[in-house]
Amino acid sequence: MTNTVDTDKRRFLTNATTVVGSIGAVAVAIPFISSMSPSAKARAAGAPVEVDISKLEIGQLLTIEWRGKPVWIFRRSEESLSTLATLTAELRDPHSDEVDQQPDCCKNDARSIRDDLMVLVGICTHLGCAPTYRPDLAPEDLGPDWKGGFFCPCHGSKFDLAGRVYQSVPAPTNLVVPPHYFINEHQLLIGEEAKGIA
Amino acid sequence: MRLIEWIDARFPLSKLVNAHLSEYYAPKNFNFWYFFGSLALLILVLQIVTGIFLTMHYKPDAELAFASVEYIMRDVEWGWLIRYLHSTGASAFFIVIYLHMFRGLIYGSYKEPRELVWIFGMLIYLALMAEAFMGYLLPWGQMSYWGAQVITSLFGAIPYIGEGLALWIRGDFVVADATLNRFFAFHVIAVPLVLVGLVGAHIMALHEVGSNNPDGVEIKKTKDKQGLPLDGIAFHPYYSVKDLVGIIVFLFIFSIILFYMPEFGGWFLEKDNFIPANPLQTPEHIVPVWYFTPFYAILRAVPDKLFGVMAMGGAIVVLFLIPWLDRSPVKSIRYRGPLFKIALTVFIISFLTLGYLGTQPATGLYTLLAQIFSILYFAFFFLMPIYTSLDKDKPVPDRVT
Repeated sequence: MTNTVDTDKRRFLTNATTVVGSIGAVAVAIPFISSMSPSAKARAAGAPVEVDISKLEIGQLLTIEWRGKPVWIFRRSEESLSTLATLTAELRDPHSDEVDQQPDCCKNDARSIRDDLMVLVGICTHLGCAPTYRPDLAPEDLGPDWKGGFFCPCHGSKFDLAGRVYQSVPAPTNLVVPPHYFINEHQLLIGEEAKGIA
Repeated sequence: MRLIEWIDARFPLSKLVNAHLSEYYAPKNFNFWYFFGSLALLILVLQIVTGIFLTMHYKPDAELAFASVEYIMRDVEWGWLIRYLHSTGASAFFIVIYLHMFRGLIYGSYKEPRELVWIFGMLIYLALMAEAFMGYLLPWGQMSYWGAQVITSLFGAIPYIGEGLALWIRGDFVVADATLNRFFAFHVIAVPLVLVGLVGAHIMALHEVGSNNPDGVEIKKTKDKQGLPLDGIAFHPYYSVKDLVGIIVFLFIFSIILFYMPEFGGWFLEKDNFIPANPLQTPEHIVPVWYFTPFYAILRAVPDKLFGVMAMGGAIVVLFLIPWLDRSPVKSIRYRGPLFKIALTVFIISFLTLGYLGTQPATGLYTLLAQIFSILYFAFFFLMPIYTSLDKDKPVPDRVT
């Protein structure tokens, strides 16, 4: 037996130990990292919410909570619906081409299932503030061209009454239309799309 | 056998005291600007001690947090003092740290061989910002809530992984109880441990290379027969006693604010934060606490979500690069040429103006000004290799003056 050291064997064993140890360290990190994701309870709180809309007047806005987020339900008048088409040139995404911002059933000019009834997640797509409902026409602070919509107090983003974002404001995309459907004429369900309708 | 000898045989107590205090030779010409290092250390201790006592009464629960802070303020014996010490201490920490960093800039304390001292210092600054941001959520007021909502949403700007990352950081679809609970954990355990470790590394790196001074002369170059720097004096007792004077003056000012204007007109504790968090309504005018406003102004100056976030992050990252951006062989501003002096003045004006603009609404003229001063802020860094090479520096003396 010789006393020479097999350095190749040592290097192999060192590398093998390092690799196995690193894999182990990564495996152990997974539970800790996963524990910070939304818990089962937080996800369950994302269950759909039923809303009674029978008493909603034209122009009125109702805020409900879904997944801890404010969701707006408001009724638009014929006049405000007719102004939507005139804004096309001033908007960033007038035809709702950005896919994730609305369910397919709401990819239309009014961004809604029923023309008058608009449903929006009330969170600015810039940095998550809650924009203010400003249905008033041509107010002093928003200028004479204001046709009604939403104004974010945090960083000045502007949206029209279909939640579509104006150009040259910080918010990159339209406000999100959550999945929703009408159970019947008076009941609206937020958080799920109608089943069985392709 | 004397106790000290018994200990020294088992633990290097005398060795440590000598190396870092009584035989650590610091330049003899330290001025006013050299108070802020030891003051920062004092505030770190103050924040840790007051923080420990606050956790004895505070409840990190979305239902209870706001009321528990009011409970500390009204019902806990001396609770108001401990809480105001902590909240005023946070702002004082940033004032002292900003002055400490400014000192580094004017005397070139980041230059070779002190690059790592600067890097560790910048890491401390980053950890401190994380610490302050997460601590600000804990009172669960309106500004706490919406500030956290905005800052966690910043991560959402990162392409592809952003939304998932923001969700993971918050632990819920919006800032919620889960967020408060984890920010509490980070604020009281994780970040303070990192901070203390980094402060240790910062001081060890400093004591390895030795302190810079207002002349930017290396005192290790001229030594006496015993091998001690001719222009150096022992940190203890000379500077330990001198720093005590600085601490007394600091405590005078600190006490005036603490006892007579702890909210500092809404700058240290914002008025909207006395309203409990409401996830359905954003305050009319949302601003971060003053020490974040320069970066917030840069964020808002860019009319694009991703580039805005990148500009804000970049404004901090460039600070790390100064040791390599500065090409001048001269450290101290005393012997620098006019170009650096002008650039530094423009930079300081930009930083302060951005800080002011960050507290104002993002409309018209304010946005334009924020854009101009953001460009000037970055110009200081990106043009630094040019103007520091061209500058007409003065000759540097061999010994401190």
